[in-house]
Amino acid sequence: MPADAIAVLKAYWIFIVPLAAAGLICLVMTRNFIRVLIGLELMTKAATLLIIVSGYASGRLALAQAIVVTLIVIEVVVISVAAGIVQGIFLLNESLDIRKSRNMKG
Amino acid sequence: MTLTIVVLSLTLLAAAWTVMTGGLIRAVLGLAATSILLTVLMFMLGATLAAVFELSVCAGLITVVFISSISMTQTASKSDSAKWARGHLLHYWPLPILLVAVGAVVALLCSGLRVEPPPPAAAADVRRILWESRQTDLLGQGIALFAGILGVIVLFKERRK
Repeated sequence: MPADAIAVLKAYWIFIVPLAAAGLICLVMTRNFIRVLIGLELMTKAATLLIIVSGYASGRLALAQAIVVTLIVIEVVVISVAAGIVQGIFLLNESLDIRKSRNMKG
Repeated sequence: MTLTIVVLSLTLLAAAWTVMTGGLIRAVLGLAATSILLTVLMFMLGATLAAVFELSVCAGLITVVFISSISMTQTASKSDSAKWARGHLLHYWPLPILLVAVGAVVALLCSGLRVEPPPPAAAADVRRILWESRQTDLLGQGIALFAGILGVIVLFKERRK
């Protein structure tokens, strides 16, 4: 592997961790249900990029792409169902504030 | 190399803007921009099929789902939204500093890292791998889609009184 390619890979690793951190901070600090989903999406973006970079580094890019396709399909399903749940919560509480959703006990 | 760094920086900036911006629509647009920049990175690494999926599904479909959800749940008046947006920006002001600090720590950890050359692998086609080696994944995808469709049907079913 040429030195330039190694430098590129290191650059990717340096940017993937803050990207995941941004998603985690959005997920933890917000009080809005839709922003929680946005934080989850950002973390998924970091995971996607990590898988592709790992595939590129190990010479198994085709396998990494196959895994990423599966990840994207699952991501869409999760977001669609979660958006439906958020709308259900909004109809129940007339608010997207997490603090006002205290009637979710099973 | 310079182009990669520029695109990676723009991706991180778009992600930070997504978290820090006050309006939900702007946050979703920031997320779509992050997806588009991620697509560019994937193309640069040679992952063209995953890049097409990312562009059409994540930057397209998921943005539509988010905007539909926001439009169906929007109740706050414009003045309330603006007031909340200002508070939101004040709430998240340390985020860029934190992201730069995290990046610096990772860079420090990566400085001593050695990357071994990849093993000589036969050039495999992604479609062949997906259909021949990862059949369980395809089965899982089908089940996940079916579960998602059922979930959406149950959630949007009219309740009988």
